Order: sequence, then C-alpha cells, then structure tokens
Amino acid sequence: MERDDQLAVGSYRFGSRLFVGTGKYQSWETMQAAIEASGTELVTVALRRVNLDNPAEPSLLDFIPKSVQLLPNTAGCHTVEEALAVAELARASGIGDLIKLEVIGDDPLLWPDPIATVEATERLSDRGFTVMVYTSPDPVLAVRLERAGAAAVMPLGSPIGSGRGVLDTESVLRIKERVAVPVVVDAGIGGPADAALAMEIGADAVLINTAIAKARDPVAMARAMRLAVEAGRMGYLAGRMAPQPAAVPSSPTTGMIGRP
Amino acid sequence: MQLTINGEVRTVAEVDTVAALLDHLGVTHQAVAVMVNGAVIPRERYASTFLADSDALEIVRFVGGG
Repeated sequence: MERDDQLAVGSYRFGSRLFVGTGKYQSWETMQAAIEASGTELVTVALRRVNLDNPAEPSLLDFIPKSVQLLPNTAGCHTVEEALAVAELARASGIGDLIKLEVIGDDPLLWPDPIATVEATERLSDRGFTVMVYTSPDPVLAVRLERAGAAAVMPLGSPIGSGRGVLDTESVLRIKERVAVPVVVDAGIGGPADAALAMEIGADAVLINTAIAKARDPVAMARAMRLAVEAGRMGYLAGRMAPQPAAVPSSPTTGMIGRP
Repeated sequence: MQLTINGEVRTVAEVDTVAALLDHLGVTHQAVAVMVNGAVIPRERYASTFLADSDALEIVRFVGGG
C-alpha cells in the first residue's frame, strides 16, 4: 500500500502518513528509537539559541536518522516577523525549504493567530518556502491559507499537548472538502484511536509529539501510532459502511428451526 | 571586540569572522544557522563574513520540538 499511496507535500514525497515531533523525550536515545519504530519520514524540530555555557552538548541532529526529512517549526513565534526570521534561519541550515508555520495568538491554549498566520503563509510562500501551516480547525481559514500558498493545512485536533483527541471531526471533514492541499491533523492526538479516527475520516496525515514522547513506553506507542495511522488510512480507502439507525440482521431471517 | 551573542554581551579577542567565532565559542558542531544584525548568514559565508565591534549575533541550533 505504501508505495502506491504516497503523500505529496509540495515537491516532497512521504511513504508514511505519520509525522512525529522530537520534543519532550526523556532521552535522545529513546527519541531515536521511537522515530525508528514510528516509521516516519518527517520529524519536526524547533530552533533555539545555542547554549554558550555548554558548547560541548551533542546535537539533536546526531539522533535523527539521515533518511528522515526535517520539518523545522516556528513554535513560540507570536508575530509574522518572528516567524519569517526563524524560517530564514532554518532554511539557512541547509536542510531544505520546508517550514511548519506556527504563529500563536493565545498562550494558554497555544491557539494560532489566524490573521498573522495567513500573512506569514503568503510571505513565506512568496519567498519559496514549502509552508505547512498549523491552524485552528476552520474551513474558511483553510481556504484562505491554501490561497495564500500553504502546501499543507494542519488543523489542530485539540490544544497542543492536551491529548484530548480530535474534538471536532466535522471541521476536519469540511476542511478536507474545501482544500486540495493535504490536510494534516496536528496537535491533540492522545492515543492510537485518535490517530486512527483522524485518518479514517480522511485526513492525509497526522502529526504527533506528546502522545508518543509522554507515553509510559514511547517506543511501543510509536509503533502503535504507526499501526493506527495505517489502519485508519486503509479504512478510509476501503470506504466505511453507512451508519444505520437500527439493527440490520447479519444472519438470514428465513429458515429458522421450530417455526411453522 | 565587544559582541552581543544570543542576548549576552561578550568581549571576544582575536576573532575576525563568523567561522572563527563559532570555533572560539566551541559551538561549531551545534550551530546550524547564524544571524548578524538581523541578517541571516549562509553557511558558505561564515568564513568570509567579518565581525565588527558591537555587532549583535544570534547563533541557533535545532532542538526537540513538535
């Protein structure tokens, strides 16, 4: 299935529809093992100042398999200008032109600022970035983002790190109906059932960090998420039965014994 | 020469370029991108980008994130 069912984001191609984050792990060794178990081909990273007081620190990059594409994020940015600067720094590192755009408008919820996000999408896309946009689950906004040049629209399932799952599946469906670019459910996935549900309703991929990193066994959870994403995707492609209002017998209703 | 590096004012002697500064600070392995006075410096220009007194630098690396 994987070979025939590649996901295209701009000029990038992914065989796995599970994208994973690299934050919050107890150790880099665990992170590395989880990345490998997840089968992912795209991992998010953040950009921060080097610690001048500990220059000998190993680099995160030493623990990410070379075959995996990096997706730098603009996490923590609150303005268009901050996001543009972080994106330019990330691209200057030589890892490509992918950027996960996040412009936050509300700190307690880590809710994206829709207006700044549209503007930043437009400017980054004008500068040649492949912009994957973290957004609230709003179908109108998704269309605006696509028009602004987004290569993927990434509605949150529920607040970042909350593990509450996909609270508004209807909105994800509507977004999927309105835009042609890939729709990635980003944020809020708590367990494998959430990931499978997102894929089953037609999301093109899911992006998961905390649910794997903060599981009791992150490596086992990474594998569970991989299977859930594959199951959900297969279920979507197979075409779910239509729900019925009442019971419909699965066994023949004729030929019962002991009846006249 | 006095430089502001990642928000900290530091006095650095005998360092003339971005490449030399990264070596001097011992962060060459970690640093993935550098900004001098708000302008991103491409990696291939680290060795040819000269620093001047009171320049402000941002030296960044990739860290775990979602």
